[in-house]
Amino acid sequence: MFELIGIPPQAFFGQLLIGLINGAFYAMLSLGLAVIFGLLNIINFAHGALYMMGAFVAWFLLQYFGLGYWPALILSPIIVGAFGAVIERTLLRRLYHLDHLYGLLLTFGLALMIQGVFRYYFGSSGQPYTIPPLLQGGVHLGFMVLPIYRGWVVAVSLLVCLATWFIIERTRLGATLRAATENRALTQAFGINVPRMITLTYAFGVGLAAFSGVLAAPIFQVSPLMGADLIIIIFAVVVIGGMGSIMGSILTGFALGVVEGLTKVFYPEASNTVIFVVMAIVLLIKPAGLFGRAHA
Amino acid sequence: MPEAAFARTEPADQPMLAVEDLHAWYGESHILHGISFHIAPGEVVTLLGRNGAGKTTTLKAIMGMVPRRRGSIRFEGEEMIQTRSDRIARRGLAFCPEERGIFASLSVEENLLLPPAVRPGGLSVEAIFELFPNLKERLRSQGTKLSGGEQQMLAIGRILRTGARLLLLDEPTEGLAPVIVQQIGRTIERLKIEGFTILLVEQNFRFASTVAERHYVVEHGRVIDQFQNRDLPANIAKIQEYLGV
Repeated sequence: MFELIGIPPQAFFGQLLIGLINGAFYAMLSLGLAVIFGLLNIINFAHGALYMMGAFVAWFLLQYFGLGYWPALILSPIIVGAFGAVIERTLLRRLYHLDHLYGLLLTFGLALMIQGVFRYYFGSSGQPYTIPPLLQGGVHLGFMVLPIYRGWVVAVSLLVCLATWFIIERTRLGATLRAATENRALTQAFGINVPRMITLTYAFGVGLAAFSGVLAAPIFQVSPLMGADLIIIIFAVVVIGGMGSIMGSILTGFALGVVEGLTKVFYPEASNTVIFVVMAIVLLIKPAGLFGRAHA
Repeated sequence: MPEAAFARTEPADQPMLAVEDLHAWYGESHILHGISFHIAPGEVVTLLGRNGAGKTTTLKAIMGMVPRRRGSIRFEGEEMIQTRSDRIARRGLAFCPEERGIFASLSVEENLLLPPAVRPGGLSVEAIFELFPNLKERLRSQGTKLSGGEQQMLAIGRILRTGARLLLLDEPTEGLAPVIVQQIGRTIERLKIEGFTILLVEQNFRFASTVAERHYVVEHGRVIDQFQNRDLPANIAKIQEYLGV
């Protein structure tokens, strides 16, 4: 059937998989942005730089401490998350009463500084990071060969996204977070330590970016600009999904990855722009985004 | 018992809450101009006054929810003027806002269970359902899908769980049908019997007179007069003038 329209199934499923992989990163990163924006009212432009930091911390852990992929998957989000907590305590905290624009400017500046530091030491070229032995090789699925590592990335990111959704939408902790997102002053007046919650939420969102960075390290190279390339697309994803919707970010992230992958099959010339075309259309029809609530 | 009015009280007959010379600001606007009053344990006291007199701001200032405040707020003898709002709540004060503050992104049950227990001795969820049976049937609904009266019950119900002994209720009867107002009145009576101390902000002074023991009249951010509830009938004309009714 695929041959009929001139596309071999190998190419089709290959691109579909690449689309899912990219979608996994879009979903995890835009999810972190959505959680941060919801509670902190900050558009975290430093997200891409922190994703890059996550990959670099994994690389450092391997180079200098001999700690491989599995410990890095845990340690890197904790280390970068702690760095995020410091940023929140010392800088972001001063901006909450101001317009979104200030948070965007500050985090944009932070992104440039973080990227600048890494570029100074590592240049623009990437550092290789190998796939852990357990996840090397591939499985024959009949219609295509699935590289195990890529399957792992899709599965684990889906799991992390759904777990995050579950915690936020279905648990007591999540209810407290939603309440603080809706009315911070009243939630705090009920005896909930909202400032601490804000710090931890930022650290969590940033940790999620770092986790994505570690997952990405063996696929893409570990390079200072890996986040800068991604963040523009992530913001398009967030705009399409609607800022602040948890499930919206997850679904939009995966869906747009797939759309992008399939565009590579059917009309490769448009594959770099298709997300922005979708963004323009969505903004025209539904300015608050597909899953966004319009604000009064 | 000596009338403690505005005098500094001795620890022996310490009021539960003593507000002295409280000032509060929103940005440049100076809302409270040295308001002073006190509540003894177990009392129900109202702040009466016109719109914009500073009644709501007084409650918010007590809870630490205004940007800037000065003066003295002592709860059970401890100064709270510098205390952050979550720590104020942890000492045993609970606030029910005028707009009710029901969270749209939370279910009725989540709204009810949101405020953490700050002291032992709060009402059980079953006891709250006994007071407000409507809530039990609507636990899974979105909080803001409830009727106005049910939202008010939820707003009061959720602060009874926490073990807070001083309740700050901001116009709990506003915009509600008479039958719901009666139910809220009965609830306040019940809470009084259970030993809760209640500071009530009201415009509806007929309702206030059915539940409260004392009344303070607030104007321009300070107390301009006060009455025992039993003296109300004799002062009706004066009060109507204060309230502009």
